[in-house]
Amino acid sequence: MAEYLIKNGFVFDPVLGIRGDKADVAIKDGKIVETNAVKSPKVIDATGKTVMAGGVDVHSHVAGPKVNVGRNFRPEDKLFTYKPRNGIERMQGGFSVPTTIRTGYNYARMGYTTVMEAAMPPLYARHTHEEMRDTPILDQGAYPVFGNNWFVLEYLKNNELENTAAYIAWLLRATKGYAVKVVNPGGTEAWAWGLNCENIHDPVPYFDITPAQIVKGLIEANEYLGLPHSMHIHANNLGNPGNYTTTLDTFKLSEGIKPKSKFGRDQVMHHTHVQFHSYGGDSWANVDSRAKEIMDYVNSHDNITIDMGQVTLDETTTMTADGPFEHHLTELNHLKWANADVELETGSGVVPYVYSPDIKVCAIQWCIGLELALLAKDPMRVFMTTDHPNAGPFIRYPRIMKWLMSEESRKQQFDAFKYKDKVIDATNLAGIDRELDLYEIAQMTRAGPAKALGLAHMYGGLAPGLEGDVAVFDFNPNEPYAPDDIEKAFSNAEHLFKSGVQIINNHEIVSNGNKRTLWVNTKVNENPQVMRDVKEKFLRYYTVTLNNYEVSGHYLPNPYVIEVDATQ
Amino acid sequence: MTKTITDVICPFCGTLCDDLEVVVSDDGKQLLEVYNACAIGAEKFLHSQAKDRITRPRMRQEDGSWKEITYDEAIEYTAQMLANAKKPLMYGWSSTNCEAQALGSELGEIVGAVMDNTATVCHGTSLIAVQDIGIPSCTLGEVKNRADRIVFWGCNPAHAHPRHMSRYSIFPRGFFTGKGHKGRKVIVVDPRPTDTANVADVHLQVEQGRDYELLNAFRVAFKGEKLPDVVAGIPKEKIYEAAETLKSGRFAIIFFGMGVTQSLGKNHNIDAAIAVTRDLNEYTKAAIMPMRGHYNVTGSGQVWGWLFGFPFAVDLSRGYARYNPGETTANDLLRRDEVDAVFVLGSDPGAHFPFSSVKKIYDRPSVAIDPHETPTTEVCKVHVPVAFVGVEVGGCAYRMDNVPIETRKVVEPPEGMMTDEEFLSRVLARVKEIKGV
Repeated sequence: MAEYLIKNGFVFDPVLGIRGDKADVAIKDGKIVETNAVKSPKVIDATGKTVMAGGVDVHSHVAGPKVNVGRNFRPEDKLFTYKPRNGIERMQGGFSVPTTIRTGYNYARMGYTTVMEAAMPPLYARHTHEEMRDTPILDQGAYPVFGNNWFVLEYLKNNELENTAAYIAWLLRATKGYAVKVVNPGGTEAWAWGLNCENIHDPVPYFDITPAQIVKGLIEANEYLGLPHSMHIHANNLGNPGNYTTTLDTFKLSEGIKPKSKFGRDQVMHHTHVQFHSYGGDSWANVDSRAKEIMDYVNSHDNITIDMGQVTLDETTTMTADGPFEHHLTELNHLKWANADVELETGSGVVPYVYSPDIKVCAIQWCIGLELALLAKDPMRVFMTTDHPNAGPFIRYPRIMKWLMSEESRKQQFDAFKYKDKVIDATNLAGIDRELDLYEIAQMTRAGPAKALGLAHMYGGLAPGLEGDVAVFDFNPNEPYAPDDIEKAFSNAEHLFKSGVQIINNHEIVSNGNKRTLWVNTKVNENPQVMRDVKEKFLRYYTVTLNNYEVSGHYLPNPYVIEVDATQ
Repeated sequence: MTKTITDVICPFCGTLCDDLEVVVSDDGKQLLEVYNACAIGAEKFLHSQAKDRITRPRMRQEDGSWKEITYDEAIEYTAQMLANAKKPLMYGWSSTNCEAQALGSELGEIVGAVMDNTATVCHGTSLIAVQDIGIPSCTLGEVKNRADRIVFWGCNPAHAHPRHMSRYSIFPRGFFTGKGHKGRKVIVVDPRPTDTANVADVHLQVEQGRDYELLNAFRVAFKGEKLPDVVAGIPKEKIYEAAETLKSGRFAIIFFGMGVTQSLGKNHNIDAAIAVTRDLNEYTKAAIMPMRGHYNVTGSGQVWGWLFGFPFAVDLSRGYARYNPGETTANDLLRRDEVDAVFVLGSDPGAHFPFSSVKKIYDRPSVAIDPHETPTTEVCKVHVPVAFVGVEVGGCAYRMDNVPIETRKVVEPPEGMMTDEEFLSRVLARVKEIKGV
């Protein structure tokens, strides 16, 4: 493999603690190495440029059944967005729900090299893996959803922690999944009858268990197994005025639980797209920001991590396993609605949405997302996401960087709002003058998410031994710049390396890389009861047989298996 | 000695049953028995054993007779045909696996083809309706475990999807449906007295071509508003009664077929049917599902979805993907003389397209890749027989509810026969050579 030496760049790396100092980065055999370990490297002159590790996205909907529903039922999303085949690049299309090929390329152009698919319905795992297989460059993993799964509901109702854990281990293996995802716990099962669970004590119909029991049980099972990532939750009551109390109640379920994982993470709960969960008021007329209350809690509890779910003020496509929420949304905006309930496991919905700067609520949502990041005391625990494509497409990350790094750019956006004064009244953002620096951005987009995923030994930094994932941006942090320069530079990496392969050279994609799929293989003690329950449920209630359920190897042509031993 | 292979997936219809048992000879070369399959499915497996099966490619001669050619020659003909065409049509893709569909898509990109699948004459109208209004749906297991109101509209599963009713919709006992058939009310809407209508509680014998009116009458009836005395040939009392039956259920599902998708109104009928389902969700839980025909037509829509963003009628001829049904659909292109070569894989347009389209295929350089001799192979210049997907080679297929299942190989293909994937990857490599990409 070729050796590379990236010389004289301004390096931002939280892992090594480098805050924009000039330094060299060397790559050999796919990994970062000491600079004296390369003999005749190809030299990349990064003088006057910014150098960072490859970006890591902890939560993005980029592959699988609901993503493809979004593509197929929105031909309008392709309008003016198509790019013909060109050299090594295949055809690319789509804005808020890009084709898999474009997904890979667009992440690469932003300097991202690892992206986690945030919700995989287990019965549709094959579909998710087929799409990830056809997404070039990126290392990816997918989180199977557990929060409305009948096995989980039944085991946790009876406080059977060990059985829950054994089932999780089995399902991760069967679906080649990465982590335990929970979406509207209990609420999506209720939605199978057209109902919902609106707070953490609202019992699930028939199963007679509360969301609180589900969440707490899954955190404990996750720690029992010692999985790389923590339980990853989208709580109940998403998107409703006054829901911040439900969010705080959900946070509190993690109190007193410590991580038991060898993978170096500190959290036991990752709460995703918290912007959607930080609303005060009791109607859309008086909704306001409760980001302060939320961040007070997060700042003072170090066993929690969150991501933003930043609204980008675009027309986009919402999609979530929170089936009742999507129905609620279609009632609100009267746009087309797709729904797919999945037997014994989960559900999902898809609805297009326009976040307009002329609508007060959308502007308030925009403020809340930024407040979460700007009120964060520890950027290693608050990550940049748009919950792609729910609050906006991921290609807006560089624009979010601009907003976070420049008060001036936020002021410009405030001035563009139709209801500027009302928005300022309902939020805290106008009173926040903090401007993040690139080091903090690197924490929120690289080192932080890598650590939370239990992948700090591979990604997120430039220390020797880590994967050779390095991005060079045409941005000089020491020269004066306009806010828009940030967005421009970080949308279009000058060079990108993924596992030591040069993907982008002088802003041009030159390789489709060697994409890998990460999954977690957990060894547990033999559990005859769980295996009997699995057989029974497949025999009686599933419509596929047990022998046709497990995702076989050829769906993952280049797997990377993380082994966990939970037999102790 | 024989071997029994269990959990075999049936590569016939969109029901994609996965509980078949197949008995093969000890050496795995002969398929002897098929259990659990319907008559059509069993025939598909057994047909692979036909002694007179064509096992080598053939080329049509001047005098109309066939001449056997090698796979290499067939690959060369196909690659040259596609590479030299200005705008080839690559049609079919519904009776093959997703792996072949993905390879075919890459090939289509390079040669600037128009890619279309059998939805174009089937549920394409449903796909258009979904783009208008969305689709509240579910997996078939939700129907089995929860549904107590079943509607079959313009479809006849008793004949077209024979095991659908016993596996998923009418008869099975599921988690919340322990009484099976007795706990369900079945409504069939069909102008004909079909075998499916025979097992229904209610048969609404709609006037031919009046589905749109009847669907909208349901929406009126849900709201308790006034209806004319008779709508679409159905007395209003029966409509009110059926509407009340649906509203009073815990979980209603509408299955619909070609009777509504390809009769007067087409996608507008499906718009209305989905609107009926949306309305029902105000009162109870309701879902709707197209009864997809070929076992993997759904998969081809999925593959093109993630690669191009459109489920059928994808025109790649300008170097990027365009989608405009009516313009970029197979029959319209053929009849307007807009394509100059025809490649068919995994479908039989010769049997299902209008004669005016089939004549155009006959007039052009054309290749049919198909295990069987079909009306399509009869009008094409070259016929490439291949192994049966789901019998002689595995691969991914999507059920009518979009659930992907990996089909199995149960028996060896006749010696020296290629699979769809092998043939396509060879053609792809050769086209890349010719085009210098």
